[in-house]
Amino acid sequence: MPREVEHRSVVVVGGGPAGLAAAIAAYEAGETDVLILERDTQLGGILNQCIHNGFGLHTFKEELTGPEYAARFVARADELGIERRLGTMVVDISNDRVVTTVSPDRGISHIKAGAVVLAMGCRERPRGALATPGYRPAGIYSAGTAQRLVNIEGQMPGREVVILGSGDIGLIMARRMTFEGAHVQCVAEIMPYSGGLKRNIVQCLDDFGIPLLLSHTVTRIEGKQRVEAVWIAEVDEHMKPVPGTEVRYPCDTLLLSVGLLPENELSRAAGVQINPVTRGPVVNESLETSIPGVFACGNVLHVHDLVDYVSEEAASAGTAAARYAQGLSGEASTSVTLVAKDGVRYTVPSTIDPQRMGEQLTVRFRVGNVYRDHYVSVYFDDERVQHRKKRVMAPGEMEQVTLKRADLLARPELSTITIKLEEE
Amino acid sequence: MFDVVIIGAGVSGCSIARELSRYDARICVVEREEDVCCGTSKANSAIVHAGFDAQPGTLMAKLNVEGNRLMYEWAHDLNFAVLPIGSLVVCMSEDDRPGLRNLYERGIANGVPDLRIIERDELVEMEPNISDEAVAALWAPTGGIVDPFGLTVALAENAAKNGVEFLFNSPVTDVHRDGDAWVVRASDKELRTKAVVNAAGVYADEIHNLVSADADKLSIVPRKGEYYLLDTTAGQHVRHTVFMLPTAMGKGVLVSPTVHGNLIVGPTAADIDDKEATDTTAEGLAEVAAKCSLTVKNVPLREVITTFAGLRAHQAAHDFVIGEVPGAERFFDCAAIESPGLTSAPAIGVMVSGIVADALGLAKKPEGAFDPTRPGVQNLVIMSFDEWDELCQKDPAYGNIICRCCRVSEAQIVDVIHRVPAARSLDAIKRRTGATMGRCQGGFCTPKIMEILERETGMAPGEITKRGPGSELVVGTIKDRIATPAGRAEGGEA
Repeated sequence: MPREVEHRSVVVVGGGPAGLAAAIAAYEAGETDVLILERDTQLGGILNQCIHNGFGLHTFKEELTGPEYAARFVARADELGIERRLGTMVVDISNDRVVTTVSPDRGISHIKAGAVVLAMGCRERPRGALATPGYRPAGIYSAGTAQRLVNIEGQMPGREVVILGSGDIGLIMARRMTFEGAHVQCVAEIMPYSGGLKRNIVQCLDDFGIPLLLSHTVTRIEGKQRVEAVWIAEVDEHMKPVPGTEVRYPCDTLLLSVGLLPENELSRAAGVQINPVTRGPVVNESLETSIPGVFACGNVLHVHDLVDYVSEEAASAGTAAARYAQGLSGEASTSVTLVAKDGVRYTVPSTIDPQRMGEQLTVRFRVGNVYRDHYVSVYFDDERVQHRKKRVMAPGEMEQVTLKRADLLARPELSTITIKLEEE
Repeated sequence: MFDVVIIGAGVSGCSIARELSRYDARICVVEREEDVCCGTSKANSAIVHAGFDAQPGTLMAKLNVEGNRLMYEWAHDLNFAVLPIGSLVVCMSEDDRPGLRNLYERGIANGVPDLRIIERDELVEMEPNISDEAVAALWAPTGGIVDPFGLTVALAENAAKNGVEFLFNSPVTDVHRDGDAWVVRASDKELRTKAVVNAAGVYADEIHNLVSADADKLSIVPRKGEYYLLDTTAGQHVRHTVFMLPTAMGKGVLVSPTVHGNLIVGPTAADIDDKEATDTTAEGLAEVAAKCSLTVKNVPLREVITTFAGLRAHQAAHDFVIGEVPGAERFFDCAAIESPGLTSAPAIGVMVSGIVADALGLAKKPEGAFDPTRPGVQNLVIMSFDEWDELCQKDPAYGNIICRCCRVSEAQIVDVIHRVPAARSLDAIKRRTGATMGRCQGGFCTPKIMEILERETGMAPGEITKRGPGSELVVGTIKDRIATPAGRAEGGEA
């Protein structure tokens, strides 16, 4: 271990919505020695550039903008006097919970944490990851970068815009660019369904007459210095472009909203086990990763579509981290394994220790396709215990089921809980 | 009046400039792009070839082996990244063993040290992900990998330090004789010089043909090579540069770590007409994806962070063209510098500068007047936390991380903005620091780098480019084109 090490009870990596909610919950659970580490110069994370409304419908029963939603949590953290270090980047987390940070004012410092909450959020999949043929000109931005340029810097990334991918940020930016005087020609989506929320398709595309081209993708980018045009083609069921369907769209800007990836470089380096489906840590009922005392929540755990659920999930992680730091987690007993199948892509958490879970536990998951009039079924081993019909489920909208502790405890032999979709 | 004008600020031009700056001479490098290292030098395999490929007796063979040796030597003075990780040429079938033997013998004839043919067991130990079909390999411990941007920038900075002038955004449109002098027209300027060095990459034929006799025209064919660059999470998939021994089935592609910790996979080789066509193609990328699996198992192509294409300056005779152009006194070609041109660059610099200095009768600068050293740009990835902390104590900006993927701080970006030649675009900063080169490809740091450029140079946001004029990053400010109630647009381009 390094020479000078500070000891702290709960260290929260990231001061966005997840980190804030986790820190507040940890404090409220009785652990007052909580430290938030945030690389930006202010708390709030990506919410600070999300100036559109629609945040907080579940949490506060009102429609807030991103900064307003963040401000409520920041105010609470201020009220509790939770310590935070801004402009401070975590550069390493060891498997014995030594967190190393760098900042202009402190240089490198090492903190030994009683418990760590990972709340680093996610990043956008860049153009390069798509391997779209063509040049690499200026004018290709991920939607979030364009959002920052417009909303924070007041700069226009371009005038004639094509958007590839119908993730929520892309949809939001279609409307935003239109508001700022740009012309958004279309949103192309390679899948036969949108990856964004239905409400965003209605409010950001339909209301502005922006076409959503499903089963379409960009096949070529023209322009050596700055984007001059993109070619969009229809794709077949294997997502291969259909010859003869290419249409050239002259434009100066291509925005990409083609997926979000949890930022788990620190987690991986620490040795945290990663779920290949979510690209986030594998966690148990306490949202604890494979490293004891290291918890995860928010978009670093799995990508959410609603910040309300991030806050809720992060509060659970914060509470569990506080209990761990205080030595109150209790002895681990046998865990039940959660299995995702038949249309369910993953579950968070992956395992449940019935002794340690709360009275109720929310299990979150996503489906792999658009399903109409399907049932979400929960099996305790071979016995179906929940069977709930949903009119429509889509990959862009996170689903959840609630499990009761009493039900699990009533089955001491229970080994597997399966969550799947059924037609009847 | 210049003594020497060098056309082209690629790795060859910069190496020649740096070596010529040992002499008492007025030297200018003219470059059509906004920065050094914008053509072939920036888009290649970034390999330090051992030297067994070229036919014995060729200039290529000689300069490759010599360049390989100098590369590791020069890295000390010039502080660019080069790693002698060694290279393997993998033989995929017993039938191809004679070919492997040939390559070994060619390497010996070229003077490549420490070559050895290794058998499958040893190969698997060295490269656990090697194909199950691999039977043997040629092991060349002097093979390596280099930062092609770092090398070129280092040469340019050191040349500038020793008095060489650089002229960017200045495409050469004409070269002609005026009495004893050459006149080089570059953009709106006319440079009079005693000697010209043509290091114009894929355009070296056009420059050469401006002055050569009809019987001595040169033709450079741009040979496109397409690549995948994978995230650092895939950087350890192989530990050495893995080539495939060409077979009757064709030539494979290489799989190699890079000095930045990524994995590079490629290239293709397609002769094209357009010297500007550095675009990737669906066919080319598919070819790389298919071929890489011939030698290496499970190459994690889904970890791709970018794809790119570069153009080699191929010439039919397939050897470097170096020397005075017949009938054009004191006009020197450094042309057809295709692979292993990057490896050969240091030796090319030594050789061409020698030829030019002899022809002009240049004298070496007095002892101590030439500074062979160039300080490197700090690399936070490879230093210890204690070293990093020390840097932060000296300059707190080393503690302000701008590019989180590649761990680049504000201090490094400010450093390269104020060097000579200066970094003035996003890509120029990328090549010198690594910022934006990582898995998010500038998603988070682009706006921050723009802010630093604005602050340090006084440039307006609308003047900041990705890579020079025409590649502006923003086109105005918000609402600048929103019609006012009178129906009139207000504001304008920033």
